[in-house]
Amino acid sequence: MIRFLIKGLLRDRSRSLFPVLMVSAGAFLTVFLYSFMKGTMDDLVNSNAKFDTGHVKIMTQAYEELADQIPNDLALLKVDSLLEQLRSSEEKMVWTPRIRFGGLLDIPDAQGETRAQGPVMGLGVDLLSSESPEIDILNLKNALVRGRLPQKENEILISEGFAQKLGVEIGEGATLIGSTMNGAMAIYNFKVSGTVRFGITAMDRGAIIADIKDVQYALDMEDGAGEIVGYSENMLYDDDTMLALTERFNDKFLRDDDEFSPLMLSLSQQRGLREYLDLVDVFGGIIVFIFVVVMSIVLWNSGLINGLRRYGEIGVRLAMGEPKGTLYRWMIYESIIIGFIGSTLGTVLGLAISYYLQYTGIDFGAMLQKSTMLISNVMRARVTGWSYVIGFFPGLIASVVGTMFAGIGIYRRQTSQLFKELEV
Amino acid sequence: MKKLVIYILLASCSLLYAEEPSGKAILEKVDANYIAENRKVVSTMVIKGRRSTRTLQAESWIQGVDKAFTEYLSPAREKGTKMLKLEDELWIYSPSTDRTIKIAGHMLKRSVMGSDLSYEDYMEDPKLSNLYDSELIGEEKIDGRDCYVLELTASKEDVAYYRRKMWVDKERYLPLKEELFAKGGKLLKRLTINEVFKVEGRWYPKRMVFKDVLKSGEGTEFIIDSIEFNVEIPEYIFSKASLRR
Repeated sequence: MIRFLIKGLLRDRSRSLFPVLMVSAGAFLTVFLYSFMKGTMDDLVNSNAKFDTGHVKIMTQAYEELADQIPNDLALLKVDSLLEQLRSSEEKMVWTPRIRFGGLLDIPDAQGETRAQGPVMGLGVDLLSSESPEIDILNLKNALVRGRLPQKENEILISEGFAQKLGVEIGEGATLIGSTMNGAMAIYNFKVSGTVRFGITAMDRGAIIADIKDVQYALDMEDGAGEIVGYSENMLYDDDTMLALTERFNDKFLRDDDEFSPLMLSLSQQRGLREYLDLVDVFGGIIVFIFVVVMSIVLWNSGLINGLRRYGEIGVRLAMGEPKGTLYRWMIYESIIIGFIGSTLGTVLGLAISYYLQYTGIDFGAMLQKSTMLISNVMRARVTGWSYVIGFFPGLIASVVGTMFAGIGIYRRQTSQLFKELEV
Repeated sequence: MKKLVIYILLASCSLLYAEEPSGKAILEKVDANYIAENRKVVSTMVIKGRRSTRTLQAESWIQGVDKAFTEYLSPAREKGTKMLKLEDELWIYSPSTDRTIKIAGHMLKRSVMGSDLSYEDYMEDPKLSNLYDSELIGEEKIDGRDCYVLELTASKEDVAYYRRKMWVDKERYLPLKEELFAKGGKLLKRLTINEVFKVEGRWYPKRMVFKDVLKSGEGTEFIIDSIEFNVEIPEYIFSKASLRR
């Protein structure tokens, strides 16, 4: 039967080609849009996790309230002891302290006078200890453009674009002018050991990365850190696990009567990322829904046109005594074959292009010049298990539903009128 | 008889005038109290922050209204940090980095050593009558002392505070309280003088508290440990070279 149906479809291209193309286009768009959106959103979440939120982040309650202002005067103190407790109680997590800071980076000339100066955002991370996970988390080895990673105290990495703007070379000195934890002016000399390209406009515009010990000294934050970030060992974010961890930690450490007691937040609880994560799911659903509805209408219309074109054929078959139900089912079988072929072609094409963009990506750097979001300039697609089915089944369903609507016309044909109609 | 009446009236008017000097006259007397040809001050700043209290000691040389040089004596972290004001320019020297940084633009709004004072406050012309029009708006008692209440409105552009309300001790011509406002009317800082002393014939604040109302913490107490007027200050003090000496 299937062979018979396929032969019929292949011999009558107008019955197969257009519907297959329609279903393919729809399935392709669904797979591609879903994968690209998933990739972009995942990039956003990953960039934020790596550079900002961690999978979980610990701050003082007071710091968290003003986190956008980087209030280091409200930072965590006695960080070493807290880290020790975390590492022993939550062994499956990687914990690392960070200090975020802002200020001016001043490049001196030979006389010590200002040669160039620019606003900078800084990140103090553990760069020098042997067990530090930061070089991998921040992907610093791959991001390195010139020079080398810091190997001794007072060495910093500076974003390549910023280094070029300031005209600073590897090995030259750079003075940070910022604020200490007490609000006094901090002036501290660093040496540029290398330049990096983060691939995130907000950071490439002007950022430095220094060892946390140097930053603690520069900002008068002995045994202090703005935040402690934690990552799961496999670096994959699982919201339920992190929320459970957050609850455990806050039950143990958070105190309502002490604004400087530590508070843990999961990635989804920071910077509205929960909404972003939900958005991906909602958009995926909307795309599928629109696809099914629009495709069904288009294929319904196509089925009606087809029905008119095959008016004679259907009439003869009914006149020859073929039951309406059988005819209706045959048309549905045809639509299943069309839907299957179209959805398969569309899904394969969508997956192929999505896989390509997963590795190459599209560079939107020029459009993100003023962006302050921690989002990668190169937006990539991401193929997930859903990508394989998100276009396929809606394509199949739309094709069948469209035909079911169009096929209803069969039941309206009056057998007694058939020969009269055929004579005409 | 007519002449006598006119004489009495004129005399009464002049007495009234003597009792209520103009805002401008009061402000000029305040300036005269503060301004000296030069002075050397050793002061202590107690900064009461949200989490901790820090104490800094500094020695300053001030010449007229245009030149000032300050060197921090303690704590160890700040020791040797120097600030130099020459007319409308300000430099800060950090001994740990051996760098001299010019403070300009938005950096002037930043806090001096984490206190409630900004570099802008440090740079301000101490002669208020140069910057403000003054109006006497009333009289009040502060800590049992009779005070004139003055309202000062900026007469020049680029002043740090557009409006000030000042309570001036009627007898000593020393402000006992001051409120500093932005152009939009928002209160920015409050100054309270808690103790005064007489030195070389003039009244001077001994202990005062600056409070930046936009900042958390209890404010910054500024204590004059010693002050000498009209001392001889070597000219090299007011040069950039002196920062690295």
